[in-house]
Amino acid sequence: MDKDYTIKPSGDCALLIEFGNEISEEVNKRVAILKACIEEAQIAGIVECIPTYRSLSVLYKPCEIAFDDLKKKMEAFIENAGLSTEALGKVYIVPVCYGGEYGPDLQNVGAMNKMEIEEVIATHVSVDYRIYMIGFTPGFPYLGGMSQSIASPRLKKPRTKIYAGSVGIAGEQTGIYPIDSPGGWQIIGRTPLKLFDINREDPILIEAGNYIRFVEIDLEEYRRIEKEVEEGIYTCKTEIILPGGGKNDFH
Amino acid sequence: MTSIRVIKPGMYTTIQDLGRSGYQEYGMPVSGSMDHFAHRIANLLVGNDQDEALLEMTLMGGTYLFEEDAVIAITGANMKPKLNGEKDIGMWRSVSLKKGDKLIFGAAKEGCRTYLAVAGGLDVPLVMGSKSTYARGRLGGFKGRQLMKDDQVSFNQSRISGQDLKGRFVQAGSIPTYETAVELRVVLGPQEDSFTKEGIADFFSSSYKVSKDFDRMGYRLEGKKVEHEASADIISDGIVRGAVQVPGHGNPIIMMADCQTTGGYTKIAHVISTDLWKIAQLKTGDRIRFKAVDVYEAHEILKEKEKGIIEIIEGFHCKRLKEDKDLRLSINSKLFQVKVNEVEICE
Repeated sequence: MDKDYTIKPSGDCALLIEFGNEISEEVNKRVAILKACIEEAQIAGIVECIPTYRSLSVLYKPCEIAFDDLKKKMEAFIENAGLSTEALGKVYIVPVCYGGEYGPDLQNVGAMNKMEIEEVIATHVSVDYRIYMIGFTPGFPYLGGMSQSIASPRLKKPRTKIYAGSVGIAGEQTGIYPIDSPGGWQIIGRTPLKLFDINREDPILIEAGNYIRFVEIDLEEYRRIEKEVEEGIYTCKTEIILPGGGKNDFH
Repeated sequence: MTSIRVIKPGMYTTIQDLGRSGYQEYGMPVSGSMDHFAHRIANLLVGNDQDEALLEMTLMGGTYLFEEDAVIAITGANMKPKLNGEKDIGMWRSVSLKKGDKLIFGAAKEGCRTYLAVAGGLDVPLVMGSKSTYARGRLGGFKGRQLMKDDQVSFNQSRISGQDLKGRFVQAGSIPTYETAVELRVVLGPQEDSFTKEGIADFFSSSYKVSKDFDRMGYRLEGKKVEHEASADIISDGIVRGAVQVPGHGNPIIMMADCQTTGGYTKIAHVISTDLWKIAQLKTGDRIRFKAVDVYEAHEILKEKEKGIIEIIEGFHCKRLKEDKDLRLSINSKLFQVKVNEVEICE
């Protein structure tokens, strides 16, 4: 049988394992499962992995593990992983204050999609978004699963500064800016959580392969959480996904 | 105060170790020194761990005042380092400095980046396991940024005595030369199928020029455009140092130490790890040719290079530099200037 994945070198210190050429939850789960297998096995010579939508880069030290050995190990993991390991993961609950000063483009997004802003918010909080990968800047999540009904094009003129915590929409994607940065996404709200905080023990709050659920909060709640985050006493709420998919569906 | 005071910062000087690995899955670039070979040797010369943090200077080095005695080593590009503005300081060897000594660096004549290691290592906080500066993320190194005038960078006391470090040097044959035209060996792929046959043939037969846009993140090249079969875009996947990306415009970009962890452009090839130092020492106008090797050859080359480093370390223990002499020799009434290194062989 033809293999439904490929393993190729990415230079002399990394392998690229590709599971397909599409953005789908099924493919992305295979990436997450393989990564979990590799981490559990603690193979000498493997430095780290970079999981993305449909591929896993495995960085290694050629003086400690040979290319062919590593490749064989990866093949064995993939062949045996299949169903035995179910990537379950968790849902991070991310509070968001929508509109107003924190979401200057919320009305815009509503107008473009002929919706009331309440409806935009209701749609945005209605789904658990899969964190397909993290990249671009430290902690920036590439989320999948947003309803097309609130899709909105990028701003024609990007802003020079978007504040950390801003929640935005670009095309059919939604995301959160972990640090202040320039950007062209339509900003609909802001979370008081810090996705990236170098002074925290775990500087990055979230991990790929899990989910994000946005919940609406008002300004008062925002200030309260913001203060707790500042004081280091706020813990991001999470929900564990039960075996057998005991959670909502993603479509 | 055991510190180095920045009198003049130079063009772009940052603190780097060998990088912040382990966090790329969270979007954190690795950073670290651009030229790992020069970095490692500088540390070895002063008895540090190879990945200890040091100063990486770019094109124009700057001036540094030592507020305490120190043993240092300078490797990489020759920026004509001088002690207190008078005496030339040798590179690729350990050098003892006295409190109040000033190290003055000029412009790099050949090469681009110079490394200054201090015995004991630089005392800056570990951020996510590394002392490397990631300036775009404003983290690591000295306050997350390049060094500026009047900054004071502390260094630790060395565990090894100055006497032990005295006379450590790298023999001329092991010191790299920094050319303005280099050949980079690459492993093809992983997206070689995204290019036309002609595109790939052009990539290997052309000479590319380093453009004005080169920094710690990447080197943009100019030259014969590499033709894509169809699209230059892929679904974003991982990027590692040495990746040669070709966006729609057809000009290759070599990704370097501060490169982002993921990206959506086709990668035609990856420069092998053993050749990355060559790129680190290139600047605008320098030329590059690419040559294909397979991954097995690349690993053999890497192992040879590592053997070379072990030989350098062994050399420290059996040969020590005693004195430098500048001699003038007259042979057949022609005058020659000769540099003589007096070396002590220890058994």
